[in-house]
Amino acid sequence: MIVAESKPIKELLEMVKDFKKILVVGCKGCVTVCNVGGAKEAAILASTLRISGRKEGRDLVVGEHTLERQCDPEYISELKDIVEDYDAVISLACGVGPQFLSEGYPHKKVFPGVNTKFMGGAVEHGVWAERCAGCGTCAIHLFGGLCPIARCSKSLLNGPCGGSSHGKCEISKEVDCIWDMIVNKMMEQDRLDELVQFRPPKNWTTARDGGPRKMIREELVK
Amino acid sequence: MSELKAGSNLEKVLRAGHFAFTGECGPPQGANVEHLIEKGSHLKGVVDAVNVTDNQTAVVRMSSWAASLILLEHGIEPNFQMVCRDRNRLAIQSDILGVYSMGIRNMLCLSGDHQSFGNHPESKNVYDIDSMQLIHTVKTMRDEGKFINGSDVDVPPKLFIGAASNPFAEPFDFRVYRLAKKISAGADFVQTQCIYNMDKFREFMKRAVDMGLHEKCYILAGVTPMKSVGMALYMSKQVPGMDVPDSLVKRLRGAGKGKVAEEGIKFALEQIEEFKEMEGVAGVHLMAIEWEHKVPEIAERAGVLPRPVV
Repeated sequence: MIVAESKPIKELLEMVKDFKKILVVGCKGCVTVCNVGGAKEAAILASTLRISGRKEGRDLVVGEHTLERQCDPEYISELKDIVEDYDAVISLACGVGPQFLSEGYPHKKVFPGVNTKFMGGAVEHGVWAERCAGCGTCAIHLFGGLCPIARCSKSLLNGPCGGSSHGKCEISKEVDCIWDMIVNKMMEQDRLDELVQFRPPKNWTTARDGGPRKMIREELVK
Repeated sequence: MSELKAGSNLEKVLRAGHFAFTGECGPPQGANVEHLIEKGSHLKGVVDAVNVTDNQTAVVRMSSWAASLILLEHGIEPNFQMVCRDRNRLAIQSDILGVYSMGIRNMLCLSGDHQSFGNHPESKNVYDIDSMQLIHTVKTMRDEGKFINGSDVDVPPKLFIGAASNPFAEPFDFRVYRLAKKISAGADFVQTQCIYNMDKFREFMKRAVDMGLHEKCYILAGVTPMKSVGMALYMSKQVPGMDVPDSLVKRLRGAGKGKVAEEGIKFALEQIEEFKEMEGVAGVHLMAIEWEHKVPEIAERAGVLPRPVV
């Protein structure tokens, strides 16, 4: 899933300080799963905005609405009768949501309510970690099922570098050295011969380096 | 004897079977050319080549190619270092052509310290290719006259290709295989990380020799004399992949006030003596960090002077 974190409330308040009618839009997708942008968080933010407005003597009108997803125009259009009553829209979806809202309602001012972090998963309750960099050419099978593009600080394809120490990355003791894990796993699986194979420079055209990406499935296009 | 690959002084010294002795010089954090020349002057005639670091520890300095050229102009052979952190494959290949065209003949290929260590931690890194691929790139440009994309190089750059190896990083069992991989990719010589744990290095070299790696590549043992107990503790605790045994810290502490630096040099000299005899070790790479003026004395006491003229 896409993992996001809430923006600091101070930052959000500063963003919308000139507006009196604010709509908070949650998303039932990834941000609900990682507890930052679902119906519950939309309600909490709406209530925080109302309280803060009252404290400052401003009469704010704050609405809340949570969509099935914000990455699909079909759901975005659900808001068409609601959004007109508001000056500003805060999206609690990943970075896709506020853009679909901006495109769907070109006259509205849309603000991001979360910082989108990465593609990953929950490694334990309340802890999420990055797993995929979306490079467009998956090759994790060459690395014991572990991705060095997303998980090595230097995206080395022929690691580990000389900074690997006690299973940790040179940048922080909080960061696992994925190459340490790759090497140990592949040696346990008796795959040293694969590990010593030279991996040539990656073709990054399928990654973001090839420019903004689009995928077309002809059979699905009406 | 087959043809020289690049014809650098370092290559000739190694090819002739001499015990090589290389040094290191970090470019200034500014355009202080005088200081660079002053540091380099201590190494002139004392070492076979001088590594010129490339924004080491991710701190901005004068570019390694420019500092290399300045040293070259002053009669000092540079070992031009390049890291993959700051350049994509276009810049990497064009700089390879540039340094060769200006007379540089040795190049050390590195991944580079992550930018989070340095003075611009907010920066974006590149890592389009890694150190292994960089070695392979130089080798392919030199021997096959091809760029990474397969197109022809108009006059190939003849560089003596260096790589780094850290026997003390983990996982230890894989380190010698990674060295083998670098040699297969094209490394002509290797300079190791600073060695303090001699037992571990002996084991590493034994494995390298068992695999015959010393016959395919010149292995230079990395030595950095400790200046103080503080430095030893810093290296041990703060520098990833560095292995400083407690026994060495204890020995430095025991030297007493004002005598720690001399004890550090003594340890380095003992190491060099052992490396001269150690099977598979072709020389020493002395990284006397901000201590360049001490290198002549260390070289003299290590018995590696005068340097061979080849």
